[in-house]
Order: sequence, then structure tokens, then C-alpha cells
Amino acid sequence: MALYDSRKRANAVWLGLCYASVVFGLFFLVLILITLLWNGFSGLSVAVFTQNTPPPDSAGGLLNAIVGSLIITILGVAIGTPLGMLAGTYMAEYGRNTKLTQVVRFINDILLSAPSIVIGLFIYQVMVTRMGHFSGIAGAAALAVIVIPIVVRTTENMLLLVPGALREAASALGLPRATVVAKIAYKAARAGLITGVLLAIARVSGETAPLLFTALNNQFYSTDLNAPMASLPAIIFQFAMSPYKAWQGLAWTGALLITLAVLGLSILARTLSSQGPSR
Amino acid sequence: MADIAVKGGQVAYEDAARRARALSGFKFRDTTFHWLTFGAAVAVLLILGGVIASLIYGSLPAIRAFGLGFLVSNVWNPATDHYGALAAVYGTVVTSFIAMIIAVPIGLGVAIFLTELCPHALRRPIGTAIELLAGIPSIIYGIWGLFVLGPFLQQYIQPALIKAFANIPVLSTLFAGPPYGIGLLTAGLILAIMVLPFVSAVARDVFDTVPPLLKEAGYGMGYTTWEVIRNIVIPYTRVGVLGGVMLGLGRALGETMAVTFVIGNADVIPTSLLAPGTTISAAIANEFTEAVGDLYTSSLIELGLILFVITFIVLAISRFMLMRLERQGG
Repeated sequence: MALYDSRKRANAVWLGLCYASVVFGLFFLVLILITLLWNGFSGLSVAVFTQNTPPPDSAGGLLNAIVGSLIITILGVAIGTPLGMLAGTYMAEYGRNTKLTQVVRFINDILLSAPSIVIGLFIYQVMVTRMGHFSGIAGAAALAVIVIPIVVRTTENMLLLVPGALREAASALGLPRATVVAKIAYKAARAGLITGVLLAIARVSGETAPLLFTALNNQFYSTDLNAPMASLPAIIFQFAMSPYKAWQGLAWTGALLITLAVLGLSILARTLSSQGPSR
Repeated sequence: MADIAVKGGQVAYEDAARRARALSGFKFRDTTFHWLTFGAAVAVLLILGGVIASLIYGSLPAIRAFGLGFLVSNVWNPATDHYGALAAVYGTVVTSFIAMIIAVPIGLGVAIFLTELCPHALRRPIGTAIELLAGIPSIIYGIWGLFVLGPFLQQYIQPALIKAFANIPVLSTLFAGPPYGIGLLTAGLILAIMVLPFVSAVARDVFDTVPPLLKEAGYGMGYTTWEVIRNIVIPYTRVGVLGGVMLGLGRALGETMAVTFVIGNADVIPTSLLAPGTTISAAIANEFTEAVGDLYTSSLIELGLILFVITFIVLAISRFMLMRLERQGG
């Protein structure tokens, strides 16, 4: 009986620890969100969206940072998505079992988790030093390199889920291969493809490290792609590290804006992918 | 009659020409699309090649100047233009190590909960919530660590640690000095929270590959739930779990912003875990735009190269293990 009791006790202890780990994880999620809301909401006002970033210790907003972030993110996604989708299409539709596909898949997985600061160094070398100055377009290029592997991954996976019989039926009707891919496979995998793009947007909109030495930062309103450009993450980095209370407040507000955007996008992507016919 | 026949022939001829044109149009579009996708796949390869090549090219001046000594020297002095990677590498390894010690058991606990213990209705919401932790941008963890976690540790946890371990030989050096709040330990804790969702997500997926029949056999023999997990689930998924751990480690090694906020940025090798230090990525993030002189910039790029090589190896091992599991499952 003693043996049975000790086994029961071990069971209770270990399973209790499992419950505790879930509580631990959820606790930090909730804690981070609450601090963000607490510190971010107090600074939220119309001025945040209508005024530019202020000099130290005076009031202002985040307009230039928000606009800059939007421009860099949209541009980065616009460059990275088509390239990623085409590569993913090759892997799933044309070269399903070729050596190239296997190599690209492996390399892509590495690129997917490569430190983003290294991507920043890469773009610095190929664009910033070539052009001689930091620029918004270099920031967008850095984000594009981060977008590509995410889109390649989801595109390939989603296209592989499309039943082969659909493609065969279309081919039997005499449709050429490109049309089969575009009209049948893409359409069947649409929800998944959009999910991939949403996830990519969510991922890059909070990226900071690769922007630090590509787009740099800008205290003034600028939409010139050829000049340094402000972005929310870079402003948060600068303001949070500063000793000025007003700047720190703006950093919290910016952090809240980014987090809301990112979490909104991830939740949207999740609901979309769970509704998709392909799953 | 003859007239109509000729006309008919003409129509047939025009039809055939149109058909041929349409078909060759199809063929052209087909080939173009095929090559376009092929080109994109090659481009993805070239980008990674470009990352490696540009890092090597950028670090050539530093490699020439310091050679292999770069790896084992802990001098970091912009004034005399002498640089060594040891302090940054040390910080990277130690913070990642702390993160893994905390995140792996907890991540496995979460995965066990989600696959074995959680009621079905709660599985998705709780799994999603944990994975949302992975979606929060790292700069948010940074600002939170700087303003919330750091001060909390400084006020309550670190003084207690210093007092508790004051008379124990090794631990008294590890937990010594004034409680700054920021430093290696704080960075490790933040990293642990950040990689937790990666470990738990991979572990949950591989736990799901265990055939129910195996587990039922265990229960049939009178195993408790924990014994089923220990003796059946974990041995069966060993390789995959290790892959998930390596994936988390890869993340922790390369994480930049969260660490930059709380590491303290001191180019030294601190003996105490409570003291400020630096990591490879934090050094690059902090100093790169301020670096004047080719050798300074180049040394920072060489740091980036070292980081990339380390994470590449770790991630490659992770992929290899997860691939092996996939083959075993399929």
C-alpha cells in the first residue's frame, strides 16, 4: 500500500507542477498586458496621432513615428510577399520533390529564425553603405527579408494541403498549369495564404533591431524614402531609455499601439486559418 | 457549293490559327510562370548566401587585425581600437543558459497540461493565449523588463538572493554585489518568458504524435498519468522535444531588443549574475550607429557573424531533429 501511495503522491506533485507552469505562463501574459494598458492608456490622446515627437520633456505625439512605421511595414510586406509566394509556389507546385526544394526549405527554416539584427547588418552592408546614408527604403528592405521566409513557409504548407484531385480535374479540362495554380490552387488555399501575410505583418510591425541601422530614426515628419525615417519601435527604444518622464510616457503609449496592432493581427490570422476550408 | 467549301476551309484555317495562337500564349504564360517561381526559390537561397557573404566581407578588416585572438580576448576598447568578443559571447551564452533552465521545464509542463490534462473546451483558448506570448514584439518585453521586472527584482528578489547565498561558496560569487535590478539574471528571466511559447508549442505538437494506443496500454497496466508521461510519452518524443529545446535556444541566442534594455551594457565579464554585462546582439544594437572607424564597425559585424554561425548551428540541429521525428511519424 505504501508503494501505491507514493506513486499517487508523485503523480499529484508532478501534475501539480504542470498546472503551475500554465499559471506561470498565463500570469506573465496577463501581467504584461495589464502594465501596457495601465501605462499606455493614460498617455493616449488625440495629440498622439496629430503631433510629431517632441523635444525632451515637453508634450507631443507620435505622428511621424506612426506614419513612418506604416510606410516601412507596408513597403516591406509589399516587396517580400510576392517573392515569398512565388518561391513557395515553386516548392509546392513545380519542384515538389526536387533537391532545390529540399535545400530551399532547410535554408528558409534557418532564415525564419535567424536573429533579426543579423538581417539588419546584411542590409546595412548591401544598401546603407552603398547609398552612403540611412533610409526608409533600406528599412523596408530589411523587413522584406524577414517577411519572405514566413510567406514561403505558409504558402508551401497551404498549397500542399490542396487536394491533388482538384488539380487533376482542372488539368483534365485542358487548363494550362499556370492557370491551374492561379485559379484553382491559390483559390482553394486563399484563407491560408492570407493568414501567412497577416502573420508576416504582425511579425515585422514590432521589429526594432533591423531598423536601428537601416531606417535609423527621425525626430521630424518625413515621408522621403531616401532619408532616415521614424518608426514606432525605434522611437520606443530611444524614448524608453531616456531619463525624461514625458518621453517614457510616449514610449509606453507607442508600445500599447504596437501590441494592440500585433495581437489584433495574430488573432485575425488565427480565426481566418481555423475557418479555412483547407483545414 | 464550291464557294461554301472554300469558305469553310478558310474558317477552319482561321480557327486553327487562333487555336495555335491561344495555345502558344498558354505555353508562354506557363513557362514564364514556371521560371518566375523557380527564380523566386533561387532568390531565397541567394538571400541567405548574401547574408553570410556580406557578414564575412564586412568582418574581414577585424579578422585581419585580430585573427583568432578576437574570440578569446575580452578587451573592448574603442579608444585604443582593440576589440575582443569574449565578454559578449559570455553574456550571450549565460543569459541563454539561464533562459533555457527556466523555460524548458515550464514549457514541457505547459505542453503536458495541454495534451494530457486540459479539458477539451479549454485547450484552444489556453494554447492560443500561451502562443500569443510569442507574438508580443520583443521591444515590449524590453520596456516591461526595464520598468517593471527590473525594479521588482532589485527591490525584493535580488537582496534576498544575496542574503540567502552570502555564506555558500560558489553561489555567493554568483549572487554578489549591489542589486542593480538590471543584469544577466534579469535578461535571462525575460528571455525565459519569451522562449517559453516556442518550447511549449513544439513540445505540444510532438506529444500529439504519440499513438493513443501506446498510452492506453500504459493506463491499462495501471500506470498513473505521470507514469504514462514519464515512461511512454517522453521517451517516444525525445528527439522532437530536443528539437523544440534547440529552437527555443536559437531564439534566445539571437534575441536583441528585450535583452538590450535590461542587460546593462557593460563590456566586461561579470562574475556575478546580478551584475550588468552585454550580449552579442545588445552590443551591436547599442554601438553600431555610434561606431566610428572601420575597425570598430568591422568588429561589430564580426560579432554578428559569430552570432549567426552559433544560431545557424543550433537551428540546423533543431531542424534535423524535428525532421527525423517527422520521418519516424510518417
